[in-house]
Amino acid sequence: MADFTSGFWGIYITVLTIVSVFGCAWLLWSQSTIKTAVSKDGHVETTGHTWDEGLEELNNPMPRWWMWLFYITIVFGLAYLFLYPGLGAYAGKLGWASKSQYEEELKLADEEYGPLFAKYQQVDIKMLAVDPQAHAIGERLFLTYCAQCHGSDARGNKGYPNLTDSDWLHGGEPDAIKATILKGRNGTMPPMSAAVGTEKDIENVAHYVLSFSDSAADPIKAAIGKEKFAACAACHGANGKGNTAVGAPNLTDKTWLYGGSVTTIMEIIRGGRNNVMPAFAEFLGEAKVHLLSAYVWGLSNNSTLPAASK
Amino acid sequence: MESASPEVAVIKMYQAREEIYPREIQGRYATLRWFFVWATQLLFYGLPWFSWNDRQAVLFDLGTRKFYIFGIVLWPQDFIYLAALLIISAYSLFLFTAIFGRVWCGFACPQTVYTEIFMWIERKIEGDRSARIRLDRQPASFRKFSRKLAKHMSWGALALWTGFTFVGYFTPITVLANEVSALTLGPWEWFWVLFYSFATYGNAGWMREQVCKYMCPYARFQSAMFDKDSLIITYDAGRGEPRGARHKDDPATAKALGDCIDCSMCVQVCPTGIDIRKGLQYECIGCAACVDACNSVMDKIGAPRGLVRYWTDHAMTNRWTAEQIFSHMFRPRVLIYTSVLIVIVSVFFGTLLTRTPVKMDVIRDRGSMGREIENGMIENVYRLQLMNTDESAHHYRISVSGIDSIKLQGAGEFALNGTESRAVAVNVRVDEAKGEKGSNKIWFTLVDIDNPDILVKEKAVFFVPR
Repeated sequence: MADFTSGFWGIYITVLTIVSVFGCAWLLWSQSTIKTAVSKDGHVETTGHTWDEGLEELNNPMPRWWMWLFYITIVFGLAYLFLYPGLGAYAGKLGWASKSQYEEELKLADEEYGPLFAKYQQVDIKMLAVDPQAHAIGERLFLTYCAQCHGSDARGNKGYPNLTDSDWLHGGEPDAIKATILKGRNGTMPPMSAAVGTEKDIENVAHYVLSFSDSAADPIKAAIGKEKFAACAACHGANGKGNTAVGAPNLTDKTWLYGGSVTTIMEIIRGGRNNVMPAFAEFLGEAKVHLLSAYVWGLSNNSTLPAASK
Repeated sequence: MESASPEVAVIKMYQAREEIYPREIQGRYATLRWFFVWATQLLFYGLPWFSWNDRQAVLFDLGTRKFYIFGIVLWPQDFIYLAALLIISAYSLFLFTAIFGRVWCGFACPQTVYTEIFMWIERKIEGDRSARIRLDRQPASFRKFSRKLAKHMSWGALALWTGFTFVGYFTPITVLANEVSALTLGPWEWFWVLFYSFATYGNAGWMREQVCKYMCPYARFQSAMFDKDSLIITYDAGRGEPRGARHKDDPATAKALGDCIDCSMCVQVCPTGIDIRKGLQYECIGCAACVDACNSVMDKIGAPRGLVRYWTDHAMTNRWTAEQIFSHMFRPRVLIYTSVLIVIVSVFFGTLLTRTPVKMDVIRDRGSMGREIENGMIENVYRLQLMNTDESAHHYRISVSGIDSIKLQGAGEFALNGTESRAVAVNVRVDEAKGEKGSNKIWFTLVDIDNPDILVKEKAVFFVPR
């Protein structure tokens, strides 16, 4: 067994256990009779044990069946040690292990619930999004596996995209959403200070970026920054509309993953960003991801679902 | 025991059980015990067969963790009621023991009740005490074998029915009955039916007084439950002693003797095999069989009843009357037990019968401290775990309060089926200027749209970023 770093401890435990079990049996057997004083009429008043000079133990024998229970526990213990792992490196006659028990239960659960999910896997995601039962399952899955980052209402958080609007970093089509959940995403924006220039340039670019969405940008700074934005256009496009193929955000809507202030934007230009969505293919399996994709797609394309189940 | 040396011998530290053959007895207390046997067993065997609104009236569904008791559905969240029930049971035991002694043991304990039923079967098949002793001493014979076989078969049948009934509280009993007749029980149903049957058969058929003497802790702490004003089974030594048999032709001896004729009837009827004339012993389960036995003997010899009677220690020493015993019943421990019991019982039933059939847990999304959104509003997200503990569908409306301008996004209306549990996400918005920076106390209120009496209010925290 891998739990032991050397064979010694396995043997140590085995010997200790066996000796203890037989020690108990011997103690029980050797103590079941004693020699003691008997009065003339054959009556045994005390066991003969005395403590502190005057304390005597009266003879109150325990019932015989109770003693048999002790022997039964010893037999049970030996049988257990024979059948199950307990003696050092010995794996037990039955070969039981917690890992195999877990796998067994997992298999049973998959057999029971697998068909339920498999049934939905054949259905198109857009159709699933309007199926009330699939929606309910998707909601529960989302609350269990996705809500920690994206929020229980899927409206995201700073650094975690809102899934209920129509702004998608990697595309909002059902297949794109499914690919995102299955394989995960790694959104990287490199630090741009070298390419953009001085601190002043960075500020100007930030104002230019803000000006896309009519925010309170300084028009003069924005105009100067436009030239330097060329460095950003490779990914975000000359018009700042972004590119879902590389996960570059659209800068022209009012949606800001990390906040829309000049300071925040400058920070990002200076230091870049690295954002990870983990892959769930292995953990959840494709069938559950399919249902989840339908739920997430439905969040921003949902018009036909009965109101009561929202 | 006498061996080589007259003073020292080898003795065993354990002893074989000595079979007890309690004699059948009729009387006031025996009738009372049979009344309790019928009452408890009609309840136990009968209850699972009752229906309530198309389901079993009393059903403990472990699979879905819903516990149906007539109109009430208890959830694991109601565990407090089980705790309260156990406290009530414990205090009732204290109170009854302080006043009446071990009446629970003698009249209502399942061990006593099933032993009584099993002994009745034994008597019908093997005969009375002396016949049973004779049968056991006989060498093996066809007659002995057939009697024993009939007895154990009857015990086994009753035990199996008991095990079946017990499992019927956890699996709907009509379903269970079908499964039994088709032998398609699940492995755990098999286990519990057989285990409970075996326990009934073993305890009531074989172990009997051994359970009370060696397994049950109650006997061992009875001295802490009793005081000298508790009613116990007592022998009136002042009246009975010196004991001895009477002879018709020798009235002089009779005059010198007490009322006890040493007939040993009280010992013969005792289910735990003790002699009550030796005084109170831990083995005494307070069944009063010896009282019935002695009274019948006293009637026969024309002496007044009550040589062995339910009486208190104080009353026996001080020669009190029944009125004096009654006046000593209201002592501090009894009054304390009673008042504690009244409080717990009223809180128990009060809260159980007026409880709202819906539960709501509010869990704030921990991922976000609060979102800044347009128009200077702050948004927090909560997950509400809604549990409809009623068996019919309900329509609920949820609202929030606690801060000026606080508002729930969306309609906040949810429909839940009977006994459905569901998590819903809700957004709450507050004008940043109205809330304090940091935590704000708010309340979620859930109300049944069709019945405004069903209302739950839960406290939560709204976070405004600093």
